[in-house]
Amino acid sequence: MTLAWGEAAVSVVWAFLIGGTICLIGQVLIDVFRIPPAHVMVLLVVAGAVLAGLGLYEPFIRVAGAGATVPLSNFGYVLTRGVLDALRREGWFGLLTGVFEIAGGALAAAVVFGFIAALVFRPRG
Amino acid sequence: MVTGNAIAIRQASKRLGHQTMRFETAPAVVASASVVGLREGQGPLGRYFETILEDERYGERCWEQAESRILKEAVNTALGLAGWKEDELDALISGDLLNQISASNFASRNTQMPFLGIFSACATIAEGLLLAATLLEAGVAARVIAAASSHHEAAERQFRYPNEFGAQRPMTAQWTATAAGAIALGLPADGGGGAGWGAAADGSTGEAQLLPRITFATVGKVVEMGQKDPYDMGTAEVPAAWDTLLAHFRETGRDPAYYDLILTGDLARIGSEIFREGMRRRGLDVSSRHMDCGVLLYRPEQDVHAGGSGAGCAASVLASYILKEMRKGRFRRVLFVGTGSLHNPVSIQQGEPIPTIAHAVAIEA
Amino acid sequence: MERGGRFHTKSAELLAQVTWEVAGLPDPEEERKRQAAEFAALAAQYHPHPPLARNLIFAFLVGGSICAIGQLFIALFQSLGMTDVQASARASITLLALGSLLTGLGVYDEIGRVGGAGAAIPITGFANSIVSPAMEYRTEGLVFGFAARLFSIAGPVVTFGILAAMASALIRFLVTG
Repeated sequence: MTLAWGEAAVSVVWAFLIGGTICLIGQVLIDVFRIPPAHVMVLLVVAGAVLAGLGLYEPFIRVAGAGATVPLSNFGYVLTRGVLDALRREGWFGLLTGVFEIAGGALAAAVVFGFIAALVFRPRG
Repeated sequence: MVTGNAIAIRQASKRLGHQTMRFETAPAVVASASVVGLREGQGPLGRYFETILEDERYGERCWEQAESRILKEAVNTALGLAGWKEDELDALISGDLLNQISASNFASRNTQMPFLGIFSACATIAEGLLLAATLLEAGVAARVIAAASSHHEAAERQFRYPNEFGAQRPMTAQWTATAAGAIALGLPADGGGGAGWGAAADGSTGEAQLLPRITFATVGKVVEMGQKDPYDMGTAEVPAAWDTLLAHFRETGRDPAYYDLILTGDLARIGSEIFREGMRRRGLDVSSRHMDCGVLLYRPEQDVHAGGSGAGCAASVLASYILKEMRKGRFRRVLFVGTGSLHNPVSIQQGEPIPTIAHAVAIEA
Repeated sequence: MERGGRFHTKSAELLAQVTWEVAGLPDPEEERKRQAAEFAALAAQYHPHPPLARNLIFAFLVGGSICAIGQLFIALFQSLGMTDVQASARASITLLALGSLLTGLGVYDEIGRVGGAGAAIPITGFANSIVSPAMEYRTEGLVFGFAARLFSIAGPVVTFGILAAMASALIRFLVTG
């Protein structure tokens, strides 16, 4: 039990450091390289997809845990993972059907939360 | 090339040079009123405003209707202070930042006021004042109100992001003011201080009150200097301010020292510095007498970055602090230079640079 | 009209250029560009740099903290007997819910103001980018307001994410199977 909690504590620290570093890189892109925030978001998702294609994102998750799964790059990873699994399972048609296989959950949740918020909350400004 | 008619206008000496008009009748500022949001009310000019909102939505269901309501309230307050009734007004000249100047359109609906809608972004109140003065000078109107408004949340969602979106604003960004200002212009004989302008504003009926009058106006040209950053409008507007000011001094024969105050609105902090440096390089040092509405409206610690902006910013600063202090004699000769960025979200997305304008109005008491 | 349209434009340009040169005046278009460049150089001297150190530190702290909270949720779900993948997916949904709630309460825009990329990059920022237009455009109705503009900020991320994922997965599939 003590060991498990110790491991959890270490994984939280790793998530903090690696997740923080990804965000720091994002801020550098915005402030130093003058890339608009919306473009940085797109870059990050594309980067996640590319790393996933290279087979590098899974090892990254094993090291960083939430430091890899919470940033937006993970969205690119789960989209790619879904397509790849479907391609292997169903062949060419999987290229289309696989996209939302894993990522669909987060999108569905976002739509539902957006709907609830639109009904319940009003912008405060 | 000059037609007989044009020669006649020049000879009448109402027209000076290419851009400047002289108002011989010197239409008077009979009253002025302002309504502002909470953040603006907490700024250094708080005590000069007639109404300060506690809720940015002002009891309305959306930001846009809230803006319309504060504009209407500013106009009605100015009417009251001038001692005029709605149906005695010859024209309401008003504008704002919302699509098709809808705040002004809605504020005027079902009123008895003949309405002229205008748009010059943050320079709207300057355009309104010079048009109002023109109507009075021409003798086709005797009582005119110029007004302008903006609303922070309504502008954010139209020009930038939804209000609850967590975007970080760059240091050059300006804060669109939630504010409306209305300025009533009439003939000097008309009330000459109104039915209680000073009284309602600060209770100082006993003091001698001066009458600010509009003497000159220089109409700006649309200037575009390749600036593309909508988060840096103050800078983009600087060349327009230079252009109009140089024309004003050249055509009136005045120099900056003639004025106690050269008031731009709204170049904000960064734009103001560039503006002063450029004027200095052109041999016209204005630094000792220059102020900017976007800088005046907020305290530096209010997290508005470069300062205020929006059609309501200059309108409310002018209608409150500036004109009230002119009445007391603190400023006698003010050159107000409204500056506006004339882009819209589509032109920005299409990569077009920001066209800008500046109109100068000389107000003297 | 087809014939020589381009030629006529070119010759008109050439003529204009020659005219300015003969008159000894600068080409107005060139002159305007020169003035714009001169102005940009002057303006640049007065432009403040973003408070880089402060922005970087806060991006790191805010982004790191959100990821650390995500890891705490993962540990919690793991302790309930879920696999790593299940726990990670549920932690993400939990963060989405938290980001949505904080957006609804009007807190997340303040976090974003301080945290910058640190608030935008985590999945909570994705929630913020969907929930904030949902709330803001609600006044324009459920169909054209809420629904049509729900992805007005997150749309590019989803669109390019899908395109990149398909390309990336396809290449991987072709190369390694």
